[in-house]
Amino acid sequence: MTTLRLAIRNLRGAGIRTWLNAIALSFAFVAIIFGQGMLQGMNKQAEDASTAFEFAGGQYWQKNYDPYDPLTLEDAHASVPAALESLAAAGRAAPILVVAGSIYPQGRIKPVMLKGIDPGQKILALPTAALGDTAEELPILIGSRTAASTGLAVGDQVTVQWRDADGAFDARDGRVVEIMNTSVGTVDLGQVWVPLGTLRRLAGMPGEATIVTVAKGLRNAPTVDGWSFRTPAYLLSDLRQMVQSKTVGQSIMFGVLFLLAMLAIFDTQVLSVFRRRREIGMLVALGMTRAQVIVLFTLEGALHSILAAVLGVVYGGPFFYLLARHGFSLPGGDSWGFSMGDRLYPTFTAGLILGTTVLVFLVTTFVSWLPTRRIAKLKPTDALAGRGA
Amino acid sequence: MRKGESEPVKNGSGLEDGMVISTDKLVRTFHVGRSELMALKEVSLQFRRGEFAGLVGPSGSGKTTLLNIIGTLDTPTSGSATVLGKRVEKLSPRQAASLRSRQIGFIFQTFNLLPVYTAYENVEFPLLLLGLSPAERRKKVTDALEWVGLGDRAKSKPTQLSGGESQRVAIARAVVKRPELVLADEPTANLDAENSHKILNTMVGLNRDLGTTFIFATHDEKVIRYLRRKVTLVDGRVAADVAQTPTGAGQ
Repeated sequence: MTTLRLAIRNLRGAGIRTWLNAIALSFAFVAIIFGQGMLQGMNKQAEDASTAFEFAGGQYWQKNYDPYDPLTLEDAHASVPAALESLAAAGRAAPILVVAGSIYPQGRIKPVMLKGIDPGQKILALPTAALGDTAEELPILIGSRTAASTGLAVGDQVTVQWRDADGAFDARDGRVVEIMNTSVGTVDLGQVWVPLGTLRRLAGMPGEATIVTVAKGLRNAPTVDGWSFRTPAYLLSDLRQMVQSKTVGQSIMFGVLFLLAMLAIFDTQVLSVFRRRREIGMLVALGMTRAQVIVLFTLEGALHSILAAVLGVVYGGPFFYLLARHGFSLPGGDSWGFSMGDRLYPTFTAGLILGTTVLVFLVTTFVSWLPTRRIAKLKPTDALAGRGA
Repeated sequence: MRKGESEPVKNGSGLEDGMVISTDKLVRTFHVGRSELMALKEVSLQFRRGEFAGLVGPSGSGKTTLLNIIGTLDTPTSGSATVLGKRVEKLSPRQAASLRSRQIGFIFQTFNLLPVYTAYENVEFPLLLLGLSPAERRKKVTDALEWVGLGDRAKSKPTQLSGGESQRVAIARAVVKRPELVLADEPTANLDAENSHKILNTMVGLNRDLGTTFIFATHDEKVIRYLRRKVTLVDGRVAADVAQTPTGAGQ
């Protein structure tokens, strides 16, 4: 306790030097929390959006379905098993039939995935109600990205071609009834949503589906022959890996920043041990052991991180609060490679802030201790004469 | 023992009654490059409680080395030194620190005040190490600053004090814990004559009023005139050890 009191007194006495170090360290501190908060927010936002628009509580995949291999689609459909059909009837599941096809906007061919979905489903946040609320024979729902790339607008007619269950090509004119805005590119780019019943009829696949998406919170997903259940964690794993890959570059940047702040602390300590040799000698003469002096100097260094945390709270707190509340516009649109909205809302969890504080404290303490090891070798008589170290 | 004194009685610690320091054939050598320098050559001395004594001699005679060993800041190469009942060469760093913290005060030529502390805080420092309560500390520090005539400079930082004032703060810091022994290494070397006499008179007063033993290492004639015993070291040996009547101002 005495040593802590002395360390605080020494820091106070060092005046501007203490504050300069604390300010430098607080920049690193705030930058780390900001960066990590941004990544956490990005991750959360992308996961939330993907869950709402695509994965919900998980998906049953027909056994031949492989989302990475379009050639499997030809065989990736089967009758919806009774267990899943009853879930769908109870509004706890949404069967989706996926058929490879093409559209011909303005005379150009564009390969797409035709996805049949029940217009009345409430499992996904897709605005599928528009598909049921029309007199069109083939109403079409597309995303804003597809609309932009094809030049289609609501009310436009477009020829849709597909291959039916027997391998025969067929085509029909469809009309765009809704263009949705979604941050999830995988339900938008190259995807054409149509009513499930219509697609089943046109493709000659009555009662069939490729995917059955179940509602969030569904427990004990039944085992169904010929279908594999994919958990939300499985479905989100690609996304998580993508976000993770973004963190590497960020981590390097913050690592460098952190290193610079640590270097400042280390330099201060080296200089401190050198300049304060007489003081060290005097402390020993007054009755401290060298180990106590080492603890005192290490504490002085480590306390910088406490000061930095306090400073970080003073100017970082309001900054983080505003960011988390109002978010900020993301440049780059879809270039992130995963579902991002127009605005990013960073997430600053208590775990992140506490974890960063503890990390900064531990590393600062270690860096502060390193130069003080010289004190252990310093003879008090040499120190009093201003020699050694 | 000095000539003419009666045969002493030894106590349990191996020290004769009334003795605070005893050295026996004390040797201290230093390695200088490839050669060895013998700073102390079989020095045997004893000091009684309440003495106002000085180790005098030219530079390099071994005064500071002897003072450092007595102050447990250094250990002898051979021989023994018993200080306040403790064998210096056998003390662990913790025991040596405890002895310094409780019973030995130091005064140095360069004052060695802790630069970021006020005069008050510098004097308070040894009491913090002893774990005294704030009220006890306050009283002792105030008293100590009054003894040295700096009651009104308590809040001054070392940079705001003159050399004489700084040394008086150092004296207050050395005596605030009421040590048995104060070791002063060239305490007047950085002071003018007036300030030297002021701080010497202060120390004489403390020696008289508190019974504290003062041992100086000095070659300053002003200091030597205040001493009641003068131990002359030459080339690491005791060349003379004589009692004298102090003739310094105020004696």
